[in-house]
Parts: sequence; C-alpha cells; structure tokens
Amino acid sequence: MPSLATRSRFPAWGLGLLLGLLPPALRAQAPPARGGDGSMPEGIQVPKPPFSEGIFPCTSCHDGKSMKVNPTPRPLTAMHDDIVLKHGPASRWCLDCHDAQDRDKLHLVSGEKIDFTVSYRLCGQCHGDKYRDWRVGVHGKRTGSWNGQKQYLLCVNCHNPHSPHFKPLKPMPPPVKPDRIQAWKGGAR
Amino acid sequence: MDILRNLASFLADSVRLVFRGNRAYRIWVAVLLVLMAAGGLAYANQLRHGLIATHMRDQVSWGFYIGNFTFLVGVAAAAIMLVIPAYVYDWEPIKEITILGEMLAIAALVMCLGFVMVDIGRPDRFWHIMPLVGRLNWPQSMLAWDVLVLNAYLLLNWFVVTYLLYCAYTGKHYIKKLVLPLVLLSIPMAVSIHTVTAYLYNGLAARPFWNSAILAPKFLASAFCSGPAILLILLQILRKTTPLRIKDEAIFKVAELMAYTMGFNLFLTAAEAFKEFYSNTEHVVFSQYLYFGLKGHTTLVPYAWASVACGLAAFLLFLIPKTRTNWVTLNLGCVLIYSSVYIEKGMGLIIPGLTPDALGEIYEYRPSTTEIFVAAGIFATGFLVFTLMLKAAVPIMLGQHTMGKGHPAPAEPLDPAP
Amino acid sequence: MSETQDPRSAGSPAGCEGCGSGTSRRAFLGTAVAAVAGALVGCNNDHVEDFLQHNFRELSKAEVEEMIARLEREYKAQFGREVHVGNEPPLPGVIFGYALDLSRCIGCRRCVHACVQENNQSRDPQIQWIRVLQLDKEEGVDLRHADQYYDPPEVPEEGHFYMPVQCQQCKKPPCVKACPVGATWREKDGIVVVDYNWCIGCRYCMAACPYGARHFNWGEPHLPVEDLNPDTHLLGNRPRPKGVVEKCTFCIQRTRKGRYPACVEICPTGSRKFGNLLDPQSEIRYVLENKRVFKLKEDLNTQPNFFYFYGV
Repeated sequence: MPSLATRSRFPAWGLGLLLGLLPPALRAQAPPARGGDGSMPEGIQVPKPPFSEGIFPCTSCHDGKSMKVNPTPRPLTAMHDDIVLKHGPASRWCLDCHDAQDRDKLHLVSGEKIDFTVSYRLCGQCHGDKYRDWRVGVHGKRTGSWNGQKQYLLCVNCHNPHSPHFKPLKPMPPPVKPDRIQAWKGGAR
Repeated sequence: MDILRNLASFLADSVRLVFRGNRAYRIWVAVLLVLMAAGGLAYANQLRHGLIATHMRDQVSWGFYIGNFTFLVGVAAAAIMLVIPAYVYDWEPIKEITILGEMLAIAALVMCLGFVMVDIGRPDRFWHIMPLVGRLNWPQSMLAWDVLVLNAYLLLNWFVVTYLLYCAYTGKHYIKKLVLPLVLLSIPMAVSIHTVTAYLYNGLAARPFWNSAILAPKFLASAFCSGPAILLILLQILRKTTPLRIKDEAIFKVAELMAYTMGFNLFLTAAEAFKEFYSNTEHVVFSQYLYFGLKGHTTLVPYAWASVACGLAAFLLFLIPKTRTNWVTLNLGCVLIYSSVYIEKGMGLIIPGLTPDALGEIYEYRPSTTEIFVAAGIFATGFLVFTLMLKAAVPIMLGQHTMGKGHPAPAEPLDPAP
Repeated sequence: MSETQDPRSAGSPAGCEGCGSGTSRRAFLGTAVAAVAGALVGCNNDHVEDFLQHNFRELSKAEVEEMIARLEREYKAQFGREVHVGNEPPLPGVIFGYALDLSRCIGCRRCVHACVQENNQSRDPQIQWIRVLQLDKEEGVDLRHADQYYDPPEVPEEGHFYMPVQCQQCKKPPCVKACPVGATWREKDGIVVVDYNWCIGCRYCMAACPYGARHFNWGEPHLPVEDLNPDTHLLGNRPRPKGVVEKCTFCIQRTRKGRYPACVEICPTGSRKFGNLLDPQSEIRYVLENKRVFKLKEDLNTQPNFFYFYGV
C-alpha cells in the first residue's frame, strides 16, 4: 500500500527533461495573467452567478433612498431571514463582502468594488490556495475540452457563500452484489 | 505401403477390441456415456446463457473448471514418476507400467483441454489461440506458453504410446534409438507443463497468494504424489481384471517414491504457511481466508484442513514400510493423498488466490450445478478415453492380439510375461 | 491530426511479427473456412465475416472500414437505431493522465452511473467500470477495510473517505502481458484497449489486473435501446458481445476528440482531473507537480497513468 505521505513526482521518462527546460518560476506555477478588470484570461468562461429568483439587482430595494444603510450587525428578520451565515468567524457580517454604497457590487478588503461575476476574486482574498488551484482548473469542476475551451464554475456555484461547506448528497445506488447477478433475471434476449 | 496397411489394420483391430467387452465393461462405458451426455446438456445450457450459468463472477473470475484443470495438469505430469526409474535406472518391472502412465497422461491432458475449453467465454474463437492460425501472444503470455507445452506433451505421449503398441501389434521390436530419446524428453516436458502452469499463477503480482516462488516446486511435489496414487489403484484393478501381470515389487517401489514426494510437499506447505503467518503482512488475508475464514466467511476452511489432515495421514501410511506394503492401508493412503492434493491444487489454490479480490471484496464462490455437471462430463470423457485406450492396449501389450488377429504372435511382445 | 502517426494501417510495433504471412494465411483460411462455416451454420455473410475477423492490429485500413460498416449494420439490426462506430487514432504528442482528489470525493457514485450511460455497459447483468470504495479514515488506504456496497441516505459518512477505482491505464499493464492472444494492448496515447472481436474470454487478464478494473460479460449484455449511446468508438464503448472482457478506456470516444471523460464532467465535487501528461500547462501536470500524489499499489510497478492526490 502506498504511504499517504508519498509525494510522487511525475514519472521520470522524458518529462524530467521537458520540465528541466522550463525556468523554475514558470514551473512553480503562477495564476495565468489576467486583465486588470479581473476577467479570466482568454478561453476560460465563467457562468453567471447563481442568484435566487428575482433577487438581482439588489439596488431595486437597496437603492440608498427608501432604505437607509444600517451598518450594525444584527439578526435579519424582515428580509433574507433564510440566510444562515456560517462562514468563518462569528463576527462575519453582510457588509464585509457586500458593498454598502453600491449594493449591486461586492468589495475587496482594499475597497475595490467588483461585480458579482468576478466574486472569485473576493473569495480568493482568504482562500488563496484554493483560488490558485481553481484558476488552473484543479479546484472545482471543469467541463468541455481538455485541450481547448473549458467551462468553469464560480466558487458560489458549488459553495453557498453564506454557508460554504459542501452539502452532503444522496448517493446513487450501490452495485449489485455478485451473488445477485443471475442469468434469466430481466429476461433479456 | 506395408506400413500403411499395417497401420490401417492396427487401427481397425483397436476399434474392434474397443467394441468388444464383458458386461462390467459395457456397464462402465454406458455410465461414462450417460455422464458425458449430462455434461453435454449442462454445457449446452452454459453456451446458451453464457458463463453466467456458472457461479464465477468478476470478483472470482476463475473457479471449479480452472481448479480441475490445474489438478489434472499435475496428474498428466505424473507419468514422469514412472518413466524416471524405469528408463534412467533401467529397472525392469516399472517398464511395463510406463506405457500405462503415459496413457493416463493422455487422458489427463484431454480433460485439461476440455476444462480450458469450457472455461473460455468464446469457444467459437478457439482458433485465435492456435499457433500459426491465430495470434499467440508468445513469449509474453504464460497462457500462450501453457497452450504450447500442453499440446506438445500430449503429442509426445500419444506418439510414444501409439508407436510402442504398434510395434507390439506388428510383432516387431521397437527402435530403442527412437523411443528412448522421446521418453527421456518427456521427463523435462512433464516438468515443464507443470512448471509453466505454476508460472501462470506465479507470474501474477496482482494475486499475492500465487505470487510465491515456492509455487512451481510445490506443484511438482504434489503432482508426484497424486498422479501415482491414481495409477497404483488402476494397476491393482488391471491385475485383477486382465491378464496383465504387474509385480508387487513395482507397486511398492512407486509407493516408496511417493512417500518422499509427499514429505517434501508437506514441507513446502509448512514453509509457505510459516512465511505467511509469521511475517503477517497484509498479504496474509488469502491464507487466512483459506485456513481460518475471513470476516465470517468460512466456506473453504473445512476443506483446507481436510487437505492437510489427509496429506499427513497418507504420508505416514506411505512412510512406514509395514503400512506401505499392506494393500488396505496402501489403497487408503492413495485415496487420502488424492483427496488432499485435489483440494489443495484445485479449489484450494484458485479460490483463495482470488478471495478477497483485488479490491478487498469477499465473494464466496461455490460451483453451480452447471459447473458440476460439466465437470462430471469432462471427467467421464477422460475416463472413457483412458478405458478405451486400455481396452485396446492391454491385449496388444500382452501379445494376445497381434497382426495374426487373435492368435498369439510368434514374435516377442512388448514385455514378455514370464 | 492523424497524419504524423496512423497505427491503423501499419499495426502497432508490438504487433508486427508475422504480419506479412498473416495476410496470405488469412486469405487461405478465409476461403477454406468461410465455405465450411457458412455451410455448417447456414448463417449470413456478416456472421461468417465476424467469425473470420482477424486481430484488429493486423487489419488494413480497408479491412477496418469493412469491419466498422459491418458492425454498424449489426447494431442497426439489433437496436433499430443508427450507431456510429468511430475509429479515431491516438492524437500525436498526447499521453493521457488522470488524477483523482481523495480529499474531495464524497462517494456519491455519480461517476459510476454516468460512465455506464456513456459507455453502453450492460444494465443486466450489471457491469460497472468504476468501483467506489468506502474506506476508514483511521485505517487509510487499506483495502481490507474497503466497502463498495455502502448505501446511507447521505454521503460522505462520518469517519470515512472514498476512493473510486477504475482502469489505471498502466504503463506496464499486467493484463496486456497476460492476454494469450494479444486481444488487449496499450495505445500510443496510453489507453489500454480491448479488441472485443478477438478476445476469447479466458479471463486471464482479470486475474492479472491488480485493480479489479476488467469486467466480463458473463451473460448476454442487455442494453435497452433508449439507453444506448450511439456515439461510439471501435475500441471503446460500442456495444459488446457476450463472453468478452471490457474495461474503462478514459472514454476514448470523447477524449480523442478533445472532450473530457464522462466521469470528469459529472463529478459534482470536481475531484476528477484529466489531461495530457506531455503538456506542461495541463491540469494533470499541475496536480503532479504541486500536490501530494500517490499511485495505487505502487509496489507492483504497474506504473499507472492514474493518480490519486490530496487537493487540500
């Protein structure tokens, strides 16, 4: 049985050579360069954020006029009471991520406002290692083409940002046990 | 032209001999034919539905058929046991039974090929495995090797037996320069069929129970116990039912040789058991399953211990000269060692090799009714082949049936009876 | 894409011994046996051709095309639907690699069933190419504690982790070595395939496989017409006959056209990673270079191109 700690490098044949030719900086990996606006580099598509029905744009309610900003952390009762915030320390609060001035935006720690479509930048502030893996296609699911166009998912497609732990699933049926595999059952042909 | 005419008459007379016989002979043949028919029907059922008619599954993908195959390769190899002393030491009494050993080998090989044939999923594609016509993955595949050596061994034995009988039939003395090298060649050939069959399993790193260097020597040791055990009983039957004379001396000599191989076989079993249980690596699970059961699955346990007990008892019976030369204890010993090796080399080798399977699953395999009937049919076929060969061979060997048709031949027979 | 290497017409390097004589032999055998077989069985030409079909690697391009046309006719007759049997050759400069993240797999078996759908496995008797093992966290990767039949209302279960096992596409495949008739081999892109028309069903490869990855058609495979995936590959997911062995081919019918395997696309946790081992920019290379990776039963020196890793 392999030891769990084995860090098996890629098999030596040929590839060692290929690897050797690359400058170490490249090998150590770095997220692919991206545009200043935070969009993913060419060829990588990200789906729309999975908003609940009819909830966006947020400014249709949070227009800053009819509803004043209340920056005090508190249990929500009138609206959004379905949201259970189970994400990081207990002091976490809506406006840590949602921008108080422009509710259709999120904001980074730096204060930079970003769209919901690039929410991964926000997640990546704390989850840098996951973010890095996600960018290269290793964290999270990819569909499409292994040598061409790939479809990515946003972090929030799998992780509810308010309660990000991956939800358990009902498993699909187990295999039939060998002693239950019989001829004539099902009467096929 | 003479040779052709003689051959034709040899064949015709052999066939005539086979069709004549007393009541006991006819009943025996009828029983075998009935068993063959039952096996044939079971096989037809298996052909229609596929191997799903067996209890083999992905987890235990080989079972009763391959177990019997493995055991019978050992029986086929055992002819060597009689050839070695007879020809190497030029020791007279064994010579007359050597030809019987070779006929036994032929019958065993017929059964071996039968078991392989019924085990494959696509018998219609059998030609794929034939040298020259098909595409043999040789020398990589041990199974390809096995196909070659088994068929070569079958041809060799068939040729020697036929040639010796033909010579006796025509009243000519056989050409020693031709027969001796062939018989001597059959010694390494017999070793090779069993070694290659052992390597078939031995070479699979995926199955730690088989992946042991001791497997090939153990195959040989056990073959040299079980093959002669069958022969000893047959010889006694033949002495009683035919005029064939076999000296006590010959039987006891074979029994003595068997005692040594039995001792060696037991020693090898102990050596393997020590290695498994003392080092107690994760590979011990297979031996555990065989001898003690695993997670409540204990199907094989009584058989495993029965095999050990029979092997020990037979060893003692054959080791002590007094019990070795007593007909009752000798025959009891033969039955015991036969049973011991049949369990050990059949199901006791194949099933624990595959249980637990490669992913740790335990599927308790037991042969299905179809498998048992098909196997019975193949055994009956082998017995029939052996019976018919004997029926024709004995009178010819005794010089009772030669070219002169029924008249005792003037020329000396294969081995003149004193 | 196939100009640089087309093993279809040349035959693989390993398969060349006796190729020349094979053709004349076959021609002779063909005329001789066709007459006999046809007369004996009284069946149509396709059946005779089926019987006489030679090993895939010894077929010329034209013979492969004939074979495909015949198979498509047979499938049409069997299912009443058009089935496309493709024959895409390996892509040059590609060796496929697969990595599975043990820290993320939750054992939901979506991959198992997606695979069955994509690859036309028999529904009854059931054949599944992926086996998901539930293992004890306390015991680690120890197959003595593996359970394939877990069925709780929800996964993952406390104290357990999950390890799906399928064909590891070994660089030194023991199954290929074992096959007595050369009915299974490793292609240039690293995929180990089976010629379902040449396999004799001896199951020696199954005994030789340390991963339980090979599966046998114990009975007549039953595949309902509505479940049939008509987009197939000759060496992959085309419907199989009774009595032959089959296995995972990394979805050869998809991956040779640049698509991800079905199990990769279905996995809800993104535990399954696939790509070209020769491409330094590929996901698979990133995993190998940056994660803790192990090979299952590494001590057997089968050298899988299937890796397990810990993504966290």
